[in-house]
Amino acid sequence: MTNQEVKNKIKTEEYFINMGPQHPAAHGVLRLLLTIDGEIIKNVEPDLGYIHRSIEKMCERDSYQQIVHLTDRMDYLSSNINNEAVCLTVEKALELEVSDRVKVIRTIISELTRLASHQLWWGVMGMDLGALTTYFYAFRDREMINDIFEETCGARLTMNYNIPGGLMFDIHPNFVQRTKDFITHFKTKLPEYDRLLTGNVIFEKRTKGVGILTKEDAISFGVSGPVARGSGFASDVRKHHPYSAYDRVDFKEILFTEGDTYSRYQVRMAEMWESMSIIEQLIDNIPEGAIQETTKAVIKLPKGEFYQRVETARGELGVYINSDGNKNPYRVKFRSPGFSNLSVLNHISKGVKIADLVATMASFDFVIPDIDR
Amino acid sequence: MLNQKIMKNEDLQNIINGFGTDLEFSTEASEFLNVVVPKEQLHSVCSQLKSNPDLKFNYAFCITGMDWGKELGVIYHLESTELKHQLVVKVMTDDRENPTLDSVHDIWQTADFHELEVYDFFGIKFNNHPKLRRLFLTPDWDGFPLRKDYVDEANMIVK
Repeated sequence: MTNQEVKNKIKTEEYFINMGPQHPAAHGVLRLLLTIDGEIIKNVEPDLGYIHRSIEKMCERDSYQQIVHLTDRMDYLSSNINNEAVCLTVEKALELEVSDRVKVIRTIISELTRLASHQLWWGVMGMDLGALTTYFYAFRDREMINDIFEETCGARLTMNYNIPGGLMFDIHPNFVQRTKDFITHFKTKLPEYDRLLTGNVIFEKRTKGVGILTKEDAISFGVSGPVARGSGFASDVRKHHPYSAYDRVDFKEILFTEGDTYSRYQVRMAEMWESMSIIEQLIDNIPEGAIQETTKAVIKLPKGEFYQRVETARGELGVYINSDGNKNPYRVKFRSPGFSNLSVLNHISKGVKIADLVATMASFDFVIPDIDR
Repeated sequence: MLNQKIMKNEDLQNIINGFGTDLEFSTEASEFLNVVVPKEQLHSVCSQLKSNPDLKFNYAFCITGMDWGKELGVIYHLESTELKHQLVVKVMTDDRENPTLDSVHDIWQTADFHELEVYDFFGIKFNNHPKLRRLFLTPDWDGFPLRKDYVDEANMIVK
């Protein structure tokens, strides 16, 4: 028999396997129901809710100060940016202008948060592709940022440093020096990251041309953040709808057009340089001023709808508050970047191998509580 | 980006007004131009919002399910990535027993997922949705938790 005859005789059958909810490459409780033919993926159906806490419903019961605390638990690697988003929405509704000092400190801390998040992503991306060393390199450097956070507000991850009207405390006297020390340190370490992983042949083979997302699809699927910018979709909220102190700093919006896993990787690597540049521009000139504006103990927003977009480490977070004038919101919606980014996963995973799905998911940088909320 | 002229809300309103009948516009208590679309016209208005060369609303950055007390509905936050203007589209239905709206997943593909979320929490069914199912909650979950009249004595603390 010829090869073709053999192929015609052997029939394969599609079948389902579960990836998750406990899968090391999902970094959390994400369950994907894969339809596969051999090793080729035919369909990916996400099944969510394993860490769903109904944060939106809880918000309807809570005061505006309390809501801030819940947002930490969505994208816990961007906790400070999430806090900031809610505070900005409440301040927008109250027409409360915070001092320049608050704006600058918020921006610096948010960029440190982004750096810490990208470091962790880089570590686990290498780990997902079989390079365990990256994990230890990244966590060594991320530790310095967490120490700065701990000294600033007492918490390393779920910070709650922002409150509606400003910041909970002023920065620690050591903050400026330690941040500068970190930048000096990390500037020598980031090239090391590149030497270790970026140019690695195995890494390149597993990421280049894998999981291609076109710009049109990225826009239509509401993809944002580094994933969108890897496909050439200029979606950076910091650039297009500036908030806090982003209108007074000079930074590049990193765009790559290939749309594959490798370009998403490159976007985040370049963004780390940009984040450091933003911090450097601000750290020496933190203006004097009040660290919080006085708000009433019970904040009541005027009747209306308020929306604020911010750029977390994963993309665009939208906070929609519908107020009926009471001390609790009538409805709160968090447009989480992870949820919209996940919606495109099935579309770009059809026809690829399971191992490529792991690489693609690593480059999407999912945080499951951010998807489930 | 800075010298790009973003269309004024009045001009937006004039164009969109031609897309359907009985469209209600408002900018009150919102930073965006809001338009309430009758549910029968939702799909036709939305596809024109995307295809019209002066509007090009190609990016649905937020899709929110809503319970206004009497009506259930959906709020679409739209943006044009090219022309930079923004719009809020609202659609509502007063049928709480069997609320049904048209799906817009063929216009903005992200709506596929967001409509699942709205169905899960508000029980709004979407015509022509590829596969309407419970996304977060279990298939046998009773009721729709984000509705204002939802009761769960075990898990909810009502003050």
